Amino acid sequence: MLTSALADSVTMLRRNLKHMLRYPSMTLFMVVMPVLFLLLFVYILGGAIGPAGHTGRAAYATFITPGILALTAVAATTATAVSVASDMAGGIIARFRTMPIARVSMLAGHVGGAVIQTVLGMAAVTAIALLTGFRATTSATNWLAAAGILILFAFALTWLSVALGLAAKTVEAASNAPTPLIILPFLGSGFVLTHSMPTAIRWFAEYQPFTPVINTVRGLLTGGPIGRNAVIAIAWSLAITLGSYLWARKLFGRDPART
Amino acid sequence: MTSPSPRAAPAIAVTGLRKSYAEHLVLGGIDLTVHHGTVFALLGPNGAGKTTTVQILSTLIHADGGEATLAGYDLNREPARVREVIGVTGQYSAADKLLTGWENLMLMADLYHLRRARAKERTAELLEQFGLAEAAGKLAATYSGGMQRKLDLAMTLVSEPQIIFLDEPTTGLDPRSRRTVWQIVKDLASSGVTIFLTTQYLEEADQLAGQIALLDHGTLIAQGTPDELKRMIPGGHIRLRFTDASTLSKARAVLGWGGGVGASRGWGGGVGASRGWGGGVGASRARPGKADEQALTLEVPTSGSVPELRGILTRLDDHGIDAAELTVHTPDLDDVFLTLTGN
Repeated sequence: MLTSALADSVTMLRRNLKHMLRYPSMTLFMVVMPVLFLLLFVYILGGAIGPAGHTGRAAYATFITPGILALTAVAATTATAVSVASDMAGGIIARFRTMPIARVSMLAGHVGGAVIQTVLGMAAVTAIALLTGFRATTSATNWLAAAGILILFAFALTWLSVALGLAAKTVEAASNAPTPLIILPFLGSGFVLTHSMPTAIRWFAEYQPFTPVINTVRGLLTGGPIGRNAVIAIAWSLAITLGSYLWARKLFGRDPART
Repeated sequence: MTSPSPRAAPAIAVTGLRKSYAEHLVLGGIDLTVHHGTVFALLGPNGAGKTTTVQILSTLIHADGGEATLAGYDLNREPARVREVIGVTGQYSAADKLLTGWENLMLMADLYHLRRARAKERTAELLEQFGLAEAAGKLAATYSGGMQRKLDLAMTLVSEPQIIFLDEPTTGLDPRSRRTVWQIVKDLASSGVTIFLTTQYLEEADQLAGQIALLDHGTLIAQGTPDELKRMIPGGHIRLRFTDASTLSKARAVLGWGGGVGASRGWGGGVGASRGWGGGVGASRARPGKADEQALTLEVPTSGSVPELRGILTRLDDHGIDAAELTVHTPDLDDVFLTLTGN
């Protein structure tokens, strides 16, 4: 039973990877959007708003790259929600539901594909960040740890976007559903230090999930303090994953809507 | 032949199947039995509940009540077992448009855990059988409607299911593709597979099915073989057209015909027997025996048998009445349907 669920998930993953190859515009958007923000902040605003200790374009690029990487995970959520919603709107999921397939494999294929897509996107964004002056001052172990934190967070956002895609009534609604997430790296520690913000926003910024993730990655890559951020980042990621997984499973378990 | 079911049950047995969406009753408790290796057609207009029936029996949605077994497996308690023996082709394309025809079939083969060699063999077999070999490397999105339907059917057959559901398999197809799909269904039927299809075309049910059930507003209003159903309404009629009104009225007198329903009974020789089937079908009785003064036509109910026709023509001849035109109308399933639904 478990092995067939795994085999089915791999089959579904292959299907989703093929989709990404055949329909690359979503993948492209996922890289282009964070890169545009990177260029905007480094070259247009970077000369003026570098936070204390990060003046100069290269220093600011180094400061914001963790936030840009978190933004990459957000950019991927739209693609995932859209791909889930259009799958649900087409007849193929109905076909799958009448076949002896482990149900979780249909969602697992999307999640696996989206996480792979996000990781590749993050690698591309990192490469471009290096060109703009981003420099990590860290060991290979810390690189891996940072990658681990980002992948775990991407995994959480992916499950969230799968649930959003299932909850959406139309493909258009699915493409809009994750949009509010884009604002979160900005309302966190992605581009400025949170203590420069007005109290209410600062309070929100310090407690929302993106801040500990960005702080942890920044600490790992550039050697700043991490403190409890790593634990909070992991806890947030696991909580979002679990909550979204349960929500997605409930949505997927319902009888499909009447057509 | 299909492999025997665990219990010697019919392929599909349904009792009291009910389904409502909010206030709207879709299925009001239907009972039906489909035997192994037969073709069963669920016939009805749009909104009758055909698709809902297929969706429930194919484990896609849950019924509100009722029992069903497929190949002996209980629909409510053993849906996973049911899924192993069925194949479903829905009303809308259920192929992956971003994959090629070949990839779609291989996807099915992988999900049914066929071994790689067997998967390739089966895929090649089906592409050949459905005339899709040439288009195998093209994305399904580029297929015509007829090709997509064929791909859909081929995908359903990858696992060689015992019971196949086809929900309006020819809706939206051009006449040639429709013929192709019919031939596929006939070939499948002759290979011993049990087929449950829905259609709004009476001709299609007549062509393909050994058993037909008529569904209207979530209720089965009749069930039987095509012939049995045709016998449920009064026999056919002939329509005689005359050149002028006086000939028409003469003919009406000669044929012992007051134009009313009562008179028509006199002609019911061959028809009377069949009327036993039409017990509840009041509306249809008013139909025979219409004289149309405008069109100068007279409809005379008959079984359509040659002696009966000869009798009618001889009587007209004896009185020197010439009919300008004669058409014979034999009952088809359209008549049954229109009669029974009261439309």
